[in-house]
Amino acid sequence: MEFISNRARKGRGARRVSVLAAAATAFALVATGCATGSTGDSTDGAAADGDLSITFIPKQLNNPYTDVVLGGGKDGAKQAGFASTQVVGPLEASASSQVSFINAETQAGTNVIVIAANDPDAVGPALQEARDAGAKIVAFDSDTNPKYRDVFISQVVAKDVALIQTKLISEQIGGKGEIAILSATANATNQNEWIKFMEEELASNPDYKDIKLVAKVYGDDDDTKSFQEAQGLLQAYPNLKGIISPTTVGIAATARYLSTSDYKGKVMLTGLGLPNEMRPFVKDGTVTAFALWDPAQLGYVAAYAGKALVDGDITGKEGDTFTAGDMGERTVGKDGIVIVGPPTTFDKNNIDEYDF
Amino acid sequence: MTTTPTSTPAAPEREAGGGARLLGSLLRLREVPVTLALIVLVVVTYLANPLFLGAQGVKDLLLNATIVIILAVGQALVIITRNVDLSVGSILGLVAFSTGTLFATFPGIPIIVVFLAGMALGALLGAVNGLLVTVAKVPALVITLGTLYIYRGLNNAWAGGKQYFAGDRPDAFGSLSVDTVLGFPLITLIAIVVVVVVAVYMVGTRPGRDLYAIGSDPAAAELFGIPVSRRVFLAFLTNGVLAGLAGVLYASRFNSVGATTGSGLELDVVAAAVVGGVAIFGGSGSVVGAAIGAVLLTTITSALTALRVDKFWQQAIVGALILAAIIIDRIAGLRTAKKLRVSEARDV
Repeated sequence: MEFISNRARKGRGARRVSVLAAAATAFALVATGCATGSTGDSTDGAAADGDLSITFIPKQLNNPYTDVVLGGGKDGAKQAGFASTQVVGPLEASASSQVSFINAETQAGTNVIVIAANDPDAVGPALQEARDAGAKIVAFDSDTNPKYRDVFISQVVAKDVALIQTKLISEQIGGKGEIAILSATANATNQNEWIKFMEEELASNPDYKDIKLVAKVYGDDDDTKSFQEAQGLLQAYPNLKGIISPTTVGIAATARYLSTSDYKGKVMLTGLGLPNEMRPFVKDGTVTAFALWDPAQLGYVAAYAGKALVDGDITGKEGDTFTAGDMGERTVGKDGIVIVGPPTTFDKNNIDEYDF
Repeated sequence: MTTTPTSTPAAPEREAGGGARLLGSLLRLREVPVTLALIVLVVVTYLANPLFLGAQGVKDLLLNATIVIILAVGQALVIITRNVDLSVGSILGLVAFSTGTLFATFPGIPIIVVFLAGMALGALLGAVNGLLVTVAKVPALVITLGTLYIYRGLNNAWAGGKQYFAGDRPDAFGSLSVDTVLGFPLITLIAIVVVVVVAVYMVGTRPGRDLYAIGSDPAAAELFGIPVSRRVFLAFLTNGVLAGLAGVLYASRFNSVGATTGSGLELDVVAAAVVGGVAIFGGSGSVVGAAIGAVLLTTITSALTALRVDKFWQQAIVGALILAAIIIDRIAGLRTAKKLRVSEARDV
């Protein structure tokens, strides 16, 4: 390409030096730019159990939901007695973006890796290496393939999450009409599991026989993209009565679009959202009710599970029990899954009681 | 080329009639293919789904295009000088986040002040690009690739997980992208004003013409006495201001602004300019073409969704359009060169 316009008519040597310098600067810039993907903060107090370390790898950094989860995780790690807590992760939620971070943790000899997988299998080989090196793997929020981790901390029973959303949308659209789902990435484990349960429920429950799921679209947990997907849904399906968005980014972006368009109050919206983000839309009538669990508890229990694994109190088999600090005793269920709690429904009557 | 008025020296060719000649010169306009494509796209989509041109549909189309139009106009300025600015997505992100911060930190701050602050920040970031490119004499592709990451890094460091939502901003600011005048959303009107002002500047003023001369042949422009560095710097500065404006408008339209706002946008913007007939080697094209290119690309997204076409095809179609634009450009370039040779031969 001709961007490399050599308008400098200097001596040869000078030009070579300046080109070299440019290349070097650019490389350094790129390197530093890329390296901003970690917000390490070591809690070097307490030091109860020698030098146990725990690292959280969320789906992506700088996501408000993730921040609440990680806040709980850091509290839990501190109380459980980890000497060092790190949070590392990609800035974009894509299938392979977490692998390099897992590799780095393996090399650092981290004791516990807590991960929310962007793709259940893409992270597998890297996690296997980490386990071979002695690390314990706790999956949270979005599961990996079970053979690559010790336990999975699930917000809630996946089916309950699906059922509460189908129930809410059915109430809001009066039990009949076309609905659509606006999800995150097309290969997100948790999203797909919920969507599967929703589809089964819509097909099998006679109360929902008049509800028709017409489309599933993916906004990739990106505000702009979700916004335009919502817009496209309403244009492509003129008879659409409701949208379920089981992701906090998607529901907020859709709510923003609805509240600024003619569809406000005509097309119903529910799903999983953060109360702080959804408050204006609940108050202005765009959204009647939506659901979520307390995300902080998720991180908190994950940290305690990691500690119990390191101490050898649990191995991840069904029936193991451990104490998760203030949250009391938890039992490992089938397939190494630990359930945190039931989902909560938020509407205009109770939303002001929550701050996350 | 065709936008350069001096490029067609009255070659007395024996053509059939005046009508055919007019048609011929119309077809040689770079804006024509992209405009035709846009019209065909809109009509076909409308026939398949009348809702596409409903009141809300038109409003959505215009709003979707607004921000990319402004960015594409700025990018066209830079590309015409045979440079490129890849950092616009990051500039937009930084400005959008600072807009959110301003409203949250100083409740009641006048909206016009926020616009000015956003554009000033954009100007600063654009000036950094311009200085690095002109003073250090380093290719813009590399410089702005670097500042892309630097600005994004600053945004990540500053914002962290913090996001500002539409609810944090005054209603009057949000309604800029909701309220319409004669069917046009207010922020779209801002974009149209930008296009007209910059287009007039490019066609009607000396510095505007200079940008084409620089892009056609930087060395010749320098010999000719054009202040090349100053003009190129100005192009980057203007592009920064426009990216800043786009950042403020982004905050008005969308729900959340945070660390990742605007990532990846730069490629859409360059694509819009190229599809709109701005030659990537500089020296030809127009900001109006770039703006139409922006409308075309954003409309394709909406049209394919309205037609329920799989999302995958959308990217493939955008790619095909870019290739088509480059091929058309190449053919036009060859024809012009041939014609010039013929007419020069006659003069001898």
